[in-house]
Amino acid sequence: MVLMRIAGELRGRPGVREAAALMGTAANHELLASAGLSAPPVRDATAGDLMLVVDAESEAAADAAIEAAHGLLDTRRRLREESGRMLPRTLESAVRRLPDANLATISVPGAYAKLEAMTALRRGLHVFLFSDNVPLADEIALKRVATEKGLLCMGPDCGTGYLNGVGLGFANVVPRGRIGCVSASGTGLQAVASRLASLGEGISHGIGVGGRDLSAEVGGVMTALALQTLGADRSTELIVVISKPPAPAALARLEAAIGVTGKPVVVCCLGASAPAGGAGRWVASLEDAAEAATAEVRGTPWVRRAFSDAEDVRKWLSRIESGPRRGGTLLGLFVGGTLAHEARLVLDAWLGQAGPVAAAGGRHRILDLGADEYTVGRPHPMLDPIQRDARVREAGREPGVGVLLLDLVLGRGTHPDPARSLAAAVAEARAAATGAGRELTVVASVIGTAGDPQGLRGQIVTLEAAGVHVLPGSAQAARFAALALEPTLAPRLLEGRG
Amino acid sequence: MSVENLLGRPLRVINLGLEVFAQELEADGVTVLHVDWQPPAGEAGGADLLALLDDE
Repeated sequence: MVLMRIAGELRGRPGVREAAALMGTAANHELLASAGLSAPPVRDATAGDLMLVVDAESEAAADAAIEAAHGLLDTRRRLREESGRMLPRTLESAVRRLPDANLATISVPGAYAKLEAMTALRRGLHVFLFSDNVPLADEIALKRVATEKGLLCMGPDCGTGYLNGVGLGFANVVPRGRIGCVSASGTGLQAVASRLASLGEGISHGIGVGGRDLSAEVGGVMTALALQTLGADRSTELIVVISKPPAPAALARLEAAIGVTGKPVVVCCLGASAPAGGAGRWVASLEDAAEAATAEVRGTPWVRRAFSDAEDVRKWLSRIESGPRRGGTLLGLFVGGTLAHEARLVLDAWLGQAGPVAAAGGRHRILDLGADEYTVGRPHPMLDPIQRDARVREAGREPGVGVLLLDLVLGRGTHPDPARSLAAAVAEARAAATGAGRELTVVASVIGTAGDPQGLRGQIVTLEAAGVHVLPGSAQAARFAALALEPTLAPRLLEGRG
Repeated sequence: MSVENLLGRPLRVINLGLEVFAQELEADGVTVLHVDWQPPAGEAGGADLLALLDDE
């Protein structure tokens, strides 16, 4: 975050075209090279070195920018030293200073997460564990202690939560309401909470459980405790469960826990179909989960739709069909792992015959740029868009790519204006494609609310101005991308059977 | 059950790691105490620099 702010401030200086402030990891060296910013003085930098690179109109502007960066780092160091004297240095001393604390939010590196989270649990604190790269054995040990003590261990790798109307981690600004969520996915919870907000419903509590909770090894212990908790919570009228498909043993626990809540439960296990005679109402997408939940609490019928606005889709489609030189393959560049997964499921279903939709190597490709292999030594793309933006630019030069599928995730804790640089990258990519005699169709979903610091409407308008087709959810965006590639799917998809 | 001390009660939070999460909670009017957390000594090269950069 500090480095991004430094890079951002340098970019705003007169005469500076581009700036980067990154640790010297192998991944960041690649990133600099792909952005055309690799320069001899930083090529030998190692992971413990900070690289400051400026592309400026003159030597003097570059020197002034580098000097300014040093000044920013010095100020940061001084402020930190001053404030550090007043802050506790350990969890134990913090508990002594705040003896009635009831929650620890932990985002230390994964290798240290178990130690700190275990200390918090033993002190009787609930835990929101944002840290990723936490070994599975550590997760099992933490959740065993949490369950014994009747405490919530939200995570590890818990991106988002809501407790008593307060957002934790990367959280969209949503109203407090009557729908509770239990989620194994941060962006999944963000998508459902944001869609609920757009439908006029709010969240009572959103309890994250971490992506592995419904695995065979963890067994769904925290999902069960969270369901029990929301079942007993008077402000929760209905519960939404969000996850990938549960392992068979975890599914049994999930169904038993749903059964004892005594409340309606909507289940969205992306990629799983409803078990025969199972508990809860099973739906196939995050948007469906929000819409089905809303209909249920209002006592109104719900009809599943492929698109919120089929008319818009028809109009866009006719424009794409009458345009020049369609075709090619699809490239998905995602910052939200669950949004990427959901898009892959939709595309597998509709374009399966065209070739497998795979993470890499297939005819169509969907990349989750927030996955561990892309984030070692660099910030998550929801915090720093530079890596995704560079890949968007590259896509404009890839001859085979006809459709680019993107997501944009807003909310507190994430980048303050991700649409601006993404729109610039899209404009550049589309211009490059047009220059090469191709048409590049760009489709995106935006997860956010009017109350988010970035402002939902403004972010959408910025993308649309760059020629992006913006849809309200990942599944709808993926369906539209499928249509752009295969317009013959239109009769079936637009009838709403998507 | 211990969860009763969490839901429906004011949050009182101890934050370890990214300082921005403490700042967001404070902005929501939540009582939060941020810990000036450091990795155990001798674990990583350049720890001072990393700590300086990673705590927001």
